Amino acid sequence: MPSPKPDLFADYAPLPGVADELYDSEGRMRPIWQGFVKRFARLDRAEIAARFERGNQYLRDAGVFFRQYSGEVAGDPLAEREWPLSHLPVILHEGEWAGICDGLTQRADLLERVVADLYGPGRLVAEGHLPASLIAQSPHWLRPMVGVRPVGGHFLHQIAFEIGRSPDGSWLVLGDRVQAPSGAGFALENRMATGRIFPERVARAHIHRLAGFFAAFRAALESLAEATPGRHGRAAILTPGPSNDTYYEHTYIARYLGLMLLEGEDLLVENGEAKVRTIEGPQPIGALWRRIDAGFADPLELRADSRIGTPGLVEAVRQGRLGMANALGAGVLEMRAMMAFLPRIAEVLTGQALALPNIATWWCGGEAERAYVRAHAGRLMLGPAQAVDLPVDQRAEVPRTGLPGWIDTQGPALVAQEAVALSTTPAWVTEPGAPLASGRILPRPMTVRVFAARTPAGWRFMAGGYARIGRAGDASALAMQRGGSVADVWIVADKPVPQVSLQPVPGTPFRRADPGVVPSRAADNLYWLGRYIERAEDAVRLIRAYHLRLASTDNAADPLLRRLRGFVKGYGIDPSRPVPTGIVDRIAAARACAAKVRDRFSIDGWRALVDLDQTARVTLAEAQPGDDAARAMSVLVRKISGFSGLVQDNMYRFQGWRFLTMGRAIERADGLAALLAEFAAPAAPDGALDLAVEVADSVLTHRRRYLAETSRDTVVDLLALDADNPRSILFQLKLLHDQAAALPQALDHGRPAALLRALVPLVAEMSVAAPDQIDSARLDTLRSALSRASDLVGAAYLR
Amino acid sequence: MLYDIRLVIAYDYAAPADRARTILRLMPPDLPGVQRLRAADLVIDPAPDERREGVDFFGNAVTHAVWHHPIRQLSLTLTLDVQREAPAPVRDLSPPLAGLAAQLAELRDLGPHSPLHFQGASPRVAPWPPITGFARAATLGAPSARAAVVALARALHTAMRFDAAATSVDTTPAQAFAQRRGVCQDFAQVMIAGLRGIGIPAGYVSGFLRTRPPPGQPRLEGVDAMHAWVRAWTGEEGGWVEIDPTNDRLAGEDYVTVATGRDYGDVAPVLGALSTAGEQGSRQAVDVVARDEA
Repeated sequence: MPSPKPDLFADYAPLPGVADELYDSEGRMRPIWQGFVKRFARLDRAEIAARFERGNQYLRDAGVFFRQYSGEVAGDPLAEREWPLSHLPVILHEGEWAGICDGLTQRADLLERVVADLYGPGRLVAEGHLPASLIAQSPHWLRPMVGVRPVGGHFLHQIAFEIGRSPDGSWLVLGDRVQAPSGAGFALENRMATGRIFPERVARAHIHRLAGFFAAFRAALESLAEATPGRHGRAAILTPGPSNDTYYEHTYIARYLGLMLLEGEDLLVENGEAKVRTIEGPQPIGALWRRIDAGFADPLELRADSRIGTPGLVEAVRQGRLGMANALGAGVLEMRAMMAFLPRIAEVLTGQALALPNIATWWCGGEAERAYVRAHAGRLMLGPAQAVDLPVDQRAEVPRTGLPGWIDTQGPALVAQEAVALSTTPAWVTEPGAPLASGRILPRPMTVRVFAARTPAGWRFMAGGYARIGRAGDASALAMQRGGSVADVWIVADKPVPQVSLQPVPGTPFRRADPGVVPSRAADNLYWLGRYIERAEDAVRLIRAYHLRLASTDNAADPLLRRLRGFVKGYGIDPSRPVPTGIVDRIAAARACAAKVRDRFSIDGWRALVDLDQTARVTLAEAQPGDDAARAMSVLVRKISGFSGLVQDNMYRFQGWRFLTMGRAIERADGLAALLAEFAAPAAPDGALDLAVEVADSVLTHRRRYLAETSRDTVVDLLALDADNPRSILFQLKLLHDQAAALPQALDHGRPAALLRALVPLVAEMSVAAPDQIDSARLDTLRSALSRASDLVGAAYLR
Repeated sequence: MLYDIRLVIAYDYAAPADRARTILRLMPPDLPGVQRLRAADLVIDPAPDERREGVDFFGNAVTHAVWHHPIRQLSLTLTLDVQREAPAPVRDLSPPLAGLAAQLAELRDLGPHSPLHFQGASPRVAPWPPITGFARAATLGAPSARAAVVALARALHTAMRFDAAATSVDTTPAQAFAQRRGVCQDFAQVMIAGLRGIGIPAGYVSGFLRTRPPPGQPRLEGVDAMHAWVRAWTGEEGGWVEIDPTNDRLAGEDYVTVATGRDYGDVAPVLGALSTAGEQGSRQAVDVVARDEA
């Protein structure tokens, strides 16, 4: 007999005066929730905790994170936080959802007309429907864009609406996000996670899928790119880069949709056309899904202080050769004061009232409005008229004393909004630090984010996926400050829903996808990732050798140890510390390179690198000189090998991989040349040759191959001239040559281009050399040649 | 007055500027009744791979120049033949300062000359309490908005010293005001901040100033390079007033307008190419010769 189940919903009591998603105003459970609640209530606490943990584990494994700007994590301005999933979904009936989407379709069309007017004829201002001063003062009304018609004819292609349910059960728009709406990618991850938690529901209940929305939006972006003259441009995503709070989402969507993820420096504008700098030269871009705030997109014509923009991007848009989703300057619609005028504008422009009202808003620029706001200040939220954050996010800093005077002096800079009481929805709430199983189901305020995309067939909506859940039980909108969580939203149908994903329609012929061009910046980061990771491995092996000898001789004055110390100091590594910071720095540099091309890594590859980085930091703090440090270095060697193995085994051999490989090859060849020049030199102390073989990880090979003690000839032969030893210079030179030969523009009019011209003689020279010809001077010459080859890689492909 | 104007701006880049892209605002507009551009020639060297002429939001002539290959130096040589009219005597039709706000609130115009663009903060000039306080004191008792503009120009001219070494192109009005020193750009931007602070819409004008003064008049400050002054809106009737706080005088027959905007950022003569290269040297030489003195 199973133990009696606790009645999980027993504590659930909707708050007075607000609507609740689970119970209607009569206290009856809404039919749409009943199936879910019935099955959920059958689970015991341990099972619930296990399921929730499965969802959390999925998100951790998938590497879902968001960035916190707040600096709450000391010392790490780029700290990443786990995605705060609220495990219980919000459930809505498809009929209600369809009503919401109808209302938002009207609103989306209205917003398009408003923004087209603000950058076009300017009727709304001229006729007094929008105060001219409000627009003139908006930092998001971009003067260089005035009079510019967007490619394809539309300003808006993607909108996120934040909506909430008011106490009478009707829906209310709290905010329109058009600048760079985020969350659609996180919605997909919410769904993946709830699929792990409630597999039977997500698979069998009639829940509308999310994937169709993305397929439609990708197609719409591609048709926007097609709308440019020439029609040969691709669509890509433009991100502000890794320090943005939603960068994870940008990489995720880029991978999911198969779109290039670009930063401003990847682009250039030539003859009015935007192009991506690739290893194959500049390639045209027809449309950008912009995740960067418009002001930062072009330092030449927009914000001069932008370091993440592309000079000339505005010119490309102006000349009608670049589509933007959404248009530069659309952000003016987000100004909070806009809400005060949209209801009237709807009537003026369409003859119809807003089907879905927005939160009641008063702009305090008029005397009548100021009088109203003064009289009703107690139930209004006051905030800046130009603010673009949502009313639920604002940190109201309103003086409670002297309010009427403040309203009068600051009038045109202020808006007041109704302090709306949001509906509540069930959330699993645990006390801080308490186990998941101890949670209770309590009502928490929520808003739903609705994503709309323009397609040739009209606005298309993502069916749920994203709701924000307030942290506290207080159902006033203000309770949804930072610290809230995010829940999946299930739109449930009466009948089974069609399965949609990004898979092609059955019956269409198979078409191998274009592997895509590699932006030069991505190639640059992969190349340096290769160099840094090899440099780190080299340093770790040297330091391990040092500590092993220190442990066995216990004599720091030993000549070989002295030579080794001098050698690693030449690399900027201080061997007097058990784990030199130089090693940690190299690994951190490798991770930083990888972070900039995260869309190109498998989750396992990325996690291996993060693990390596964290291990190095911990080791740095804890290891003791000698044996302990040597063991710690062995751990790092294994972790580096683990990462390298993942790269070698799993990474698709696209052009970017070649750069990673070339970076490693150049670094390894250089490291071996330096090692031999120092430790195979005639003046090197006893044991130096063995040390070289050990650092080069070739002890076993040497023993098997030469059946003899090390001599200068055997060591130089094995580490410099043996074409079959991956730890030899020749092997690495050949690898480098073969990768370079496979790159675009390897040949110049049928003859080897500069890079190959530099590499071919190096390979030939080492192929025919005898060990006694490889002296330190020759090794130094080789190192200079490698350094020139690296410059040639940079000049030909990386800028 | 007819002017022959010659401007040379030259840059040397320490490192080649790759794919340099600039926006130039150097060409004076035709302003009916004020100035007429009779002939103009702008030579860009090395010749850009792309060159396009256009007009910006505020009506200024802009030249987009793009080089597809690295450049090590850049020189711009502008030769102009401009006719500038002597301003007619002005009757002060501007309302008292307190009356401006009501006129502004009625405006429904977002065209390039709407005063609404020139209120509050712009990217480089925001009202700043110490400057606003200074402006209030300087304009106390001024009977009209126009009188307030004239009074503030005089007060700043008295309080601030022209000092070519004290500031740079990125000095903020607050910094320039705090040290009471600067060049024409600083005088103009401090005055703009002051005017906006007391409710007068104000913008920035770049242009040329006659190099040698008419006989019997003192040599003015700011003749060695392009000059900057202020335009202020003094109401529907009063219109825009152009005034030069560096020299404490209305911008009359000795002034040739090149570009107008909210602050220096909107009118910068050369935008862009600078930022793409490392350290660079730049030289500017200007000669504004009245035809009757030649």
